[in-house]
Amino acid sequence: MTRRLTRRRMLGGAAGSVLTASLPMPAIAEAGPVKIGLLTIKTGPLASAGIQMEQGTVLFLKDREHTLAGRKAELVVADTGGNPAGAKTKAQELIERDKVDMIFGPLAAFELLAISDYVAGQKIPLLGLAAAEDMTQRRPNPYFVRASATSAQAMHPLADYAAKDLKYKTAITVSDDFAFGYEQMGGFQRVFEDAGGRVKAKLWPPLVTPDYTPYLAQIGAADAVVAGFAGANPLKFMQQYRAAGLTLPLLGGEGIADDSLLRTFGDESVGLISSGPYSAEFDSAANRKFVEGMVRETGNIPGIAAACLYINGMVAEAALKATSGSTDDKEAFIKAVRAVSLTDSPRGAFHFDHFGNVVGNIFIRRCERKGDRLVNTIVKTYPDGSQFWTYDEKWFLSQPVYSRDYPPLKR
Amino acid sequence: MNLWLILAGNSIAFGGLLFLLSAGFSLIFGLMRIPNLTHGSLFMLGAYFAVSLISWGLGFWPAAILAGLGVAAFGGLVERLLLRRLPGAELAQVLVTLGLSFMIADICLLGWGGDPISIATPSELRGASRIAGFAFPTYRLGLIVIAIVVAATLWGLVDKTRLGAMIRAGVDDPAIARVVGIRVSRLFTIVFSLGAGLAGFAGVIGGPILSVYPGLDQDMLPLALVVVILGGSGSLVGSFIGSFVVGFLYNFGQAMFPELAYVVLFLPMLVILVLRPQGLFGRVAA
Repeated sequence: MTRRLTRRRMLGGAAGSVLTASLPMPAIAEAGPVKIGLLTIKTGPLASAGIQMEQGTVLFLKDREHTLAGRKAELVVADTGGNPAGAKTKAQELIERDKVDMIFGPLAAFELLAISDYVAGQKIPLLGLAAAEDMTQRRPNPYFVRASATSAQAMHPLADYAAKDLKYKTAITVSDDFAFGYEQMGGFQRVFEDAGGRVKAKLWPPLVTPDYTPYLAQIGAADAVVAGFAGANPLKFMQQYRAAGLTLPLLGGEGIADDSLLRTFGDESVGLISSGPYSAEFDSAANRKFVEGMVRETGNIPGIAAACLYINGMVAEAALKATSGSTDDKEAFIKAVRAVSLTDSPRGAFHFDHFGNVVGNIFIRRCERKGDRLVNTIVKTYPDGSQFWTYDEKWFLSQPVYSRDYPPLKR
Repeated sequence: MNLWLILAGNSIAFGGLLFLLSAGFSLIFGLMRIPNLTHGSLFMLGAYFAVSLISWGLGFWPAAILAGLGVAAFGGLVERLLLRRLPGAELAQVLVTLGLSFMIADICLLGWGGDPISIATPSELRGASRIAGFAFPTYRLGLIVIAIVVAATLWGLVDKTRLGAMIRAGVDDPAIARVVGIRVSRLFTIVFSLGAGLAGFAGVIGGPILSVYPGLDQDMLPLALVVVILGGSGSLVGSFIGSFVVGFLYNFGQAMFPELAYVVLFLPMLVILVLRPQGLFGRVAA
């Protein structure tokens, strides 16, 4: 992996320095095309979600015939290679060489953290997908908006559902050993315990764990197991979970049963309860159109990565309409982006809070077999889900960000 | 549920899978002195081949064998066309095999997409078996049996046949082997194909446990390296014992010291490298 990034960084760096050194750009003519840069990942283990991000964006522009608020729209796609250095290089290329008006992405939290300060300094709106909590909490970036969710945003309602609707009293969490996992499990634990439940143990297998059995063997008695896995890990985990003869109900966040992955899943995932800001089963005009378009263009049901990038497109369009297509005044434009409030999107109605984070539907879904395919049937919808759940914002921010050991286990 | 019994059983099963993966690596390194960094990729390639074969209607077992043969053929080509031209040039071999592993990863991504793909457990081995009162996945029992059968076959091949005698001669002293009339270069192709085929077969057999996804190659390669360094290169007994040692270290390390799982796995490797560079059972002194 490291070797690949070096190659990319060298090529990217060389290209970037040649261009900035030799080409003083002429002033851009008024009302040229609006340029959207997409930071995505097209190689390596995260490529599956990264390719979907591109598909969602491309479909959106196709649906709008490449015209947003009367201006031609151009897409510049940059592959970061899934690492912070690549993300930084590509963000610089997009802004300084391609002169994009806004950036969609990136996918991974470590990429976002690597470019956040730079992009904010350039006053370029960043319509992100990465879920890192503090980007819209304790380390806010005024040029960032997130139409997807923070790591814990869908875990708070999941915990509420587990405690109140499913009447679970105890849970054990098993999650990828990295920030996204900590924040997901922390969010679950806080709300679950405030609702009277108790998290008995938290297990953290490393991101690269070919065999989960040593962890599965440690799962003792509890009402449910909460799994926080992403990428290729959910499938592996669930197969091994069932093969080990475990029968405790499984719950998880938005990474565990993404709609786009269901075609690769088998019966081991039937009954899985998952929670997320998007569901392909959500019945709205915008979502039906989006899902039909994705099935037509790619042959597969879309998941959260494609949906949120499509939604980012809608946000950009609404903001451009509000500024009559102008992106010249950067402060006015980001203000318009953050003021966007849509009533019909693939995830339903939503708006942004004053940190630029989405407030919208959170769907609780149950994986079921319908004919020859698996679907995530929506069993409950929490409308207007905020990143702070029902907690007071000031109190929430005064607490440490969710981590491996926070909240601590109660003995 | 007895945690320790489950961990022990699983250590053996995982060790079996590691043996299938690393036996070929060990033979290749022992005979040809090639640190074959494509070994993880061959594992992944075998699994992807099987995914396609199964989707065309083949059963799990025929698919596993055909995928193994396919990867063996690919390995033979790699040896003939690339590695043959770089005898003794270790740096060049490392670079070629590393570059090849990146190319295979990209081509797999292109051909099979980025989504993780599951390989269904063959129906006769689904579910859990009860042994002495605790549940253990039946498939993993099958895996142990397969590993033992492959180990016995390989042992028979290396220790009891003429080909095996030639391989052993090549491992011990390639120059003298040439002098007594053994066509060492043809042995190289055979051993490389065999090693590649075993890795590909292991990828399919590992499929129902690990599934197949971009990055699987990089997950498995370090494990093969640890096994071979612990056990000693060129020694089948070494890989066999090394695989189970690593299986136990991996399982018990993650259960007892989850924060230090990698330390528990790699520390013994460092100690062996320092104190006994040829590995526990390696015969060739470095």
